[in-house]
Amino acid sequence: MMRTSLSGRLFNGFNAVVLALLALLCLLPLVQVLAVSLSSSTAASAGAVKLWPVDLTFESYKFVLGKPEFPRAFWISLERVLLGATINMLLTITLAYPLSKEPAAFKGRTAYVWFFVLTMLVGGGLIPWYLVIKAAGLLGSIWALVLPGAVNVFNVVLLLNFFRGLPRELEEAAFVDGAGHWTILWKLFVPLSMPALATLILFTVVGHWNSWFDGLILMNTPEKYPLQSYLQTVVINRDLSLITMADAATLSQVSDRTLKGAQIFLAALPIICVYPFLQRFFIKGVVVGSVKG
Amino acid sequence: MRFARTRRQLPLHLMVLPSAALVLIFSYGPIMGLYIAFQKFSVVKGMFHSPWNGLDNFDYMFSLPDIWQVIRNTLLIACLKIVAGLAVPIVVALLLNELGNRIFKRWIQTLIYLPHFLSWIILGGVLIDVLSPTSGIVNQLLGAFGIEPIFFLGSVRWFPAVLVVSDVWKEFGFSTIVYLAALTGINPALYEAAVIDGASRWKQTLNITLPGMLPVIVLLATLSLGNVLNAGFDQIFNLYSPQVYESGDVIDTLVYRLGLEQAQYSLATAVGLLKSAVSVVLISASYALAYRLANYRIF
Repeated sequence: MMRTSLSGRLFNGFNAVVLALLALLCLLPLVQVLAVSLSSSTAASAGAVKLWPVDLTFESYKFVLGKPEFPRAFWISLERVLLGATINMLLTITLAYPLSKEPAAFKGRTAYVWFFVLTMLVGGGLIPWYLVIKAAGLLGSIWALVLPGAVNVFNVVLLLNFFRGLPRELEEAAFVDGAGHWTILWKLFVPLSMPALATLILFTVVGHWNSWFDGLILMNTPEKYPLQSYLQTVVINRDLSLITMADAATLSQVSDRTLKGAQIFLAALPIICVYPFLQRFFIKGVVVGSVKG
Repeated sequence: MRFARTRRQLPLHLMVLPSAALVLIFSYGPIMGLYIAFQKFSVVKGMFHSPWNGLDNFDYMFSLPDIWQVIRNTLLIACLKIVAGLAVPIVVALLLNELGNRIFKRWIQTLIYLPHFLSWIILGGVLIDVLSPTSGIVNQLLGAFGIEPIFFLGSVRWFPAVLVVSDVWKEFGFSTIVYLAALTGINPALYEAAVIDGASRWKQTLNITLPGMLPVIVLLATLSLGNVLNAGFDQIFNLYSPQVYESGDVIDTLVYRLGLEQAQYSLATAVGLLKSAVSVVLISASYALAYRLANYRIF
């Protein structure tokens, strides 16, 4: 870099330390919960666990995965993510294409855009939303978690802006060669938009994985809860617990605290594993969506 | 000719159709459903046969003993979050920008983006554990300095602070992305010229980097205007308890309890309607302002 004076080097060191501390601050609470989940119940309840497991044991994980509740909720979440993200992306792509056209090339364009963008400004609120889904007969079905949010207007706007940045000549050339809209979209626009699409897929998948409120109020019975809704009832709502009285008598290795830790960590694990690899995509994508000149 | 053009546009209409149908049902349906705010809605009679009661629900809403406190809490928590959520990422982005080592920088970024991708269920569970007054590690640390355990999530005084700090903790890293992107757009020749003129790094930050970030800062500050009634339902719902309603209950959580726990559908809808009405005005104003100040358009 430039000439580094003594004060400059002091600042560099100080800066690196501050940023490293901030980064640790983001990580350490999770590490602590992981350490608790891998410790014995006595160590956990005595508050002896800091950042490293005490009396290392995997009993909590065995217990959580051995019961039907957690794996079942995990699979429902997986199903929801696959179904929801697929439908969501198909709709986003097929909607962004026509809306990216100039009004001259697509007559209804302006009216359609307003029809969709208005929903970003106004909403019906919780109760009417619930009543509509109930009236549609979706309560208790996985479609209740997929269909109401299937059109994400924000993502559509992001993608249509990306589509508009693609060179117009490509489309014209394809059109002259006899390609229809459908071909142009899937053979030309989609392959050219991979960075933007990767970002949207990441956000959609994470969004579905993390949703908990809709599952909690739309699914009727706890057996149908996706993972985050299920966790809401056992980790946050303190009056429900995975351990029954009978279990508590036979198990000394696990406690409520270590079990909560194990479930928190298992639910966070898929995201922790996936997201660092997609980082370069989403940085690009976020920038496309937020600062365009 | 005209027929050919219409036929060419037909596939475009067909592409819009499925999305339009879904939005009509699940976005415009609830908007239509807002009229139950003017009814004495009962589940038995349904949306079409419940009796009308004019503005009674709104009258009743303002006679609720907690309503002003809830509005005050909402504004206070939301505004603190907006201010802290703007300031912290700007400072962190500036610090990251001064970092020479690229690999170290990438590591820092990976770690500080992480909480953004975790739900408030996960982070709520983590917070409940680390802030516990009996076994939580935060109170153990405080204990090492001779400070009595604090029940952060059960204390009226501490609860809003926990909300603001944990919200900043979740989002500050991710929010730096936009600022860092703005910094890459600054012409390097400016820095070279500044060095030749003998400007220190602090002077460069003050006169080149910060002005380079300013348009984005103005834009985000304006757009955040639309959020002054959003105190963060996901976070508060998973952290609060009746003990801290006094300082932690906000409009959205009140709507939830009135509507889905007490089944006062019309009352809850009325509260929600009033909130959305104010929000629409604020969001429209913020978009108009953003267009004027930063030439920003959503589409």
